[in-house]
Amino acid sequence: MTQLKQLFSGGARSFGMVFALLALIVIFEITTGGKVLTPTNAQNIINGNSYVLLLSIGMVLVIIAGHIDLSVGSVAAAVGIIVALVIRDWGVPWWVGVLIGIVCGAIIGAWQGFWVAYVGIPGFITTLSGYMFFRGLNQFIGKSDSVPVPDQIQSLGNGYLWEWGPQTGLNNSTLVLGILGVALVIWSEFRKRANARKLDGVPVPTIVSVVRAGVAVVVIGYLTYLFGSGRYGTSFPVAGVILLVLVAIYWFVSTRTITGRHVYAVGGNKAAAALSGVNIKRTNFFVMMNMSVLASIAAIVFIGRSTASGPFDGTGWELDAIAAVFIGGAAVSGGVGTVAGSIIGGLVMAVLNNGLQLMGVGSDMTQMIKGLVLLAAVAFDVYNKVQGRPSIIGRLTGADRRAIAAAAAPRATVPAAE
Amino acid sequence: MRDQAPILEMRSITKTFPGVKALDDVTMTVARGEIHAICGENGAGKSTLMKVLSGVYPHGSYDGEIVYRGEEVQFKDIRSSEHAGIVIIHQELALIPELSVTENIFLGNEVKGSMGIDWHEARVKAKGLLDRVGLRIDPDSLIKNLGVGQQQLVEIARALSKDVDLLILDEPTAALNEHDSLLLLDLLRGLRERGLTCIIISHKLNEITAVADSITILRDGRTVETLDVGAGGVDEDRIIRGMVGRSLEARFPDHTPTIGETFFEVEGWTVEHPQLPGRLVAKGSSFFVRRGEIVGFAGIMGAGRTELARSLFGRSYGRWISGSIRINGKDVRIPTVQSAIENKIAYVPEDRKALGLNLLDDIQDTVVAADLKKIRTNGVLDATLAHSAAEGYRKSLRIKANTVREGVVKLSGGNQQKVLLGKWMFPEPDLLILDEPTRGIDVGAKYEIYGLVQRLADDGKGVVVISSELPELLGLCDRIYTIFEGRITGVVDRAEADQELLMRLMTGTGARTGVA
Repeated sequence: MTQLKQLFSGGARSFGMVFALLALIVIFEITTGGKVLTPTNAQNIINGNSYVLLLSIGMVLVIIAGHIDLSVGSVAAAVGIIVALVIRDWGVPWWVGVLIGIVCGAIIGAWQGFWVAYVGIPGFITTLSGYMFFRGLNQFIGKSDSVPVPDQIQSLGNGYLWEWGPQTGLNNSTLVLGILGVALVIWSEFRKRANARKLDGVPVPTIVSVVRAGVAVVVIGYLTYLFGSGRYGTSFPVAGVILLVLVAIYWFVSTRTITGRHVYAVGGNKAAAALSGVNIKRTNFFVMMNMSVLASIAAIVFIGRSTASGPFDGTGWELDAIAAVFIGGAAVSGGVGTVAGSIIGGLVMAVLNNGLQLMGVGSDMTQMIKGLVLLAAVAFDVYNKVQGRPSIIGRLTGADRRAIAAAAAPRATVPAAE
Repeated sequence: MRDQAPILEMRSITKTFPGVKALDDVTMTVARGEIHAICGENGAGKSTLMKVLSGVYPHGSYDGEIVYRGEEVQFKDIRSSEHAGIVIIHQELALIPELSVTENIFLGNEVKGSMGIDWHEARVKAKGLLDRVGLRIDPDSLIKNLGVGQQQLVEIARALSKDVDLLILDEPTAALNEHDSLLLLDLLRGLRERGLTCIIISHKLNEITAVADSITILRDGRTVETLDVGAGGVDEDRIIRGMVGRSLEARFPDHTPTIGETFFEVEGWTVEHPQLPGRLVAKGSSFFVRRGEIVGFAGIMGAGRTELARSLFGRSYGRWISGSIRINGKDVRIPTVQSAIENKIAYVPEDRKALGLNLLDDIQDTVVAADLKKIRTNGVLDATLAHSAAEGYRKSLRIKANTVREGVVKLSGGNQQKVLLGKWMFPEPDLLILDEPTRGIDVGAKYEIYGLVQRLADDGKGVVVISSELPELLGLCDRIYTIFEGRITGVVDRAEADQELLMRLMTGTGARTGVA
């Protein structure tokens, strides 16, 4: 029993939200008669949502710091048309176009970061302005026209990894990814045990580690099979690889670097952060600028997938990204949220979209259901916080500690306010 | 002029907060038509008593009874006490800057006409009320365009609009300059002529002796005495004796200081208020701290102690005008908090929850927050280093928590304070500035904090303690500076310090001033 608890006290945080996602997948798998878990559909889910997931990585940092960014869709549209045009009209190589796009994202981000961090205009206003301005910029530069992009860019959005090597029945690139993933899981489990030994002298029982790692290995193994066993020439999508790399980078930045800690500190208590030596302005500048850089990456992936940049690219993305972040357990008041949680929140929305579509539910109903799911997820969170119980979503994404504190904080300050 | 029957009697009022008895059997009688002053040190229970009276703490949350105009009253909130004619004006004014004088006066008490609010009638009434408080301004002016003194008068006009019988003023002159203070006191005398009864809380003893008819003195939540000013013999010294008249008990660990050389010097430090240009919060302050020394800063609230400390700590408050800091004999520039930390200065703020802690964090994250560079291995934050650092403080500071991953929000005030001390010990500062380190924590935890402060001094660090509790400064510090209205008015060695001397220096009535 204790071992079961240990499995879940540490493990449920990282695995649990995935379980919730799995439940959704299983339900749809049953109701659609097995149309969800096919290689092609899984690849479509990744390809069709990678840009929103990319945005939610940046958005969660913005929201943790206590801001919001409404401009991401428009920024992505502006960057997309720039990339498409410099490649078509200036004749630069595709990768130069990509670099130019990211630099443009950085410049746009610096512009918005300047107003938010150094002038002190709320992010809501600054990016509402950006929402209008950069949408207009896209249509001004592109003359409200659609501009096609070359094959290499297209493969970033809807391409697959190479086929090579011996006949394994799977796509070998995907297989390599899967093996890397398994190795990572095992390595991190060993590391966790080593750290525990260093700290308290007692790591969790071996059986707990084995089960924990075992579940992760099975999941990765199944995903490897799912993505790798599609028709010849398909694999885990390139866009998914870009996403994985960025998730890894931002997981690292948010949890293991001073910059990341400062983002949480600013969102948690700005005054206390300032008195702890945190440079508030620089931190705010960073999150706003970073968001636009990620929007530019999302733009490149998206124009690749749709094979062209158009005047209505990115419409509504900001709201999808924000929804993903809040479903993933972030708090409107800032200071709370995780990169992993936001990705999972985004995947919940993606699977919901996909599953309902496969069931033949119209887009009208789908919108209504998605709206209710967002409300329900957050209401559930709020209810649990008010009750003083750990929030389910928070617990599942490793944010429960913060979530409880967030709920308790306002109450704790009431006597002081009298 | 003064009626025989008292307008108010508060009998045996006792009010307890978790762990603290704020009021203990307090009795007070206020005669009709008098100005009655309440005096006492910070924390003596003055404001709590007034909150009991005005219904902020409703009937049932305290023991004892309140007899008002001859009958017992049981107020359940501020509205019910206002209904009975008791109006309290708080130290922080409750006016809305963006609304006009008229709108503010009748806020929550609007003049109703046949169709919604009758603004014409309201304006006429406001004009009349402003005349009564001697304020000749347009009732349509916005509050934000008025001076603090005028705003205070608007507050009184607002109280008058509610048919007030008993007006309570909490530190009404704290934010006013001398001229405005005199005007306000004159107004109070005028209102008394017309039969209004006032209760006034003030630290400014000269004003109290000038205006009050009788004075109730509180100390540690108890009534000490009530003085009748008319009977004569009441002067500031007499009041101070009543406020502090107690010997220091054994509330402090034994300690023999080992004082080394001077290492931290401040010279001519002058700082302007961040929002009010021209108002100085520190006026040419100079002081020094020696290794192994505990230096106290005494002053009444608003004297500028916190402002001085925070302006020194990386200019985190106000606008720096002039002055220099020397550390170990070398002039240093400390324009940011980051540079203050690098220069081995730590500041533990007075308001734990607003300025000290991120309440979302756990103990471990809090302890390392001021010096994240120390927990990096190969440039990456290392949770195991953070964990062992936090675990070390949990044990050595005896923080009551099962693990260092417990959220700070769940800890008691004393334990939160220890976590904060740990946070600021972690960067290994040479100078620690502790702002009200024992505010709102219980006696046992106070004792432990005192011991920690002494240990820090024994390690050769300089410790500056800002406190509003004089006994604490006298029991803990080797040397005490007094501050009055942004100026350092004196410095007293422990051997020669007593509460009366300090109280005189920190209320600007001291014999010795301008000691550097």
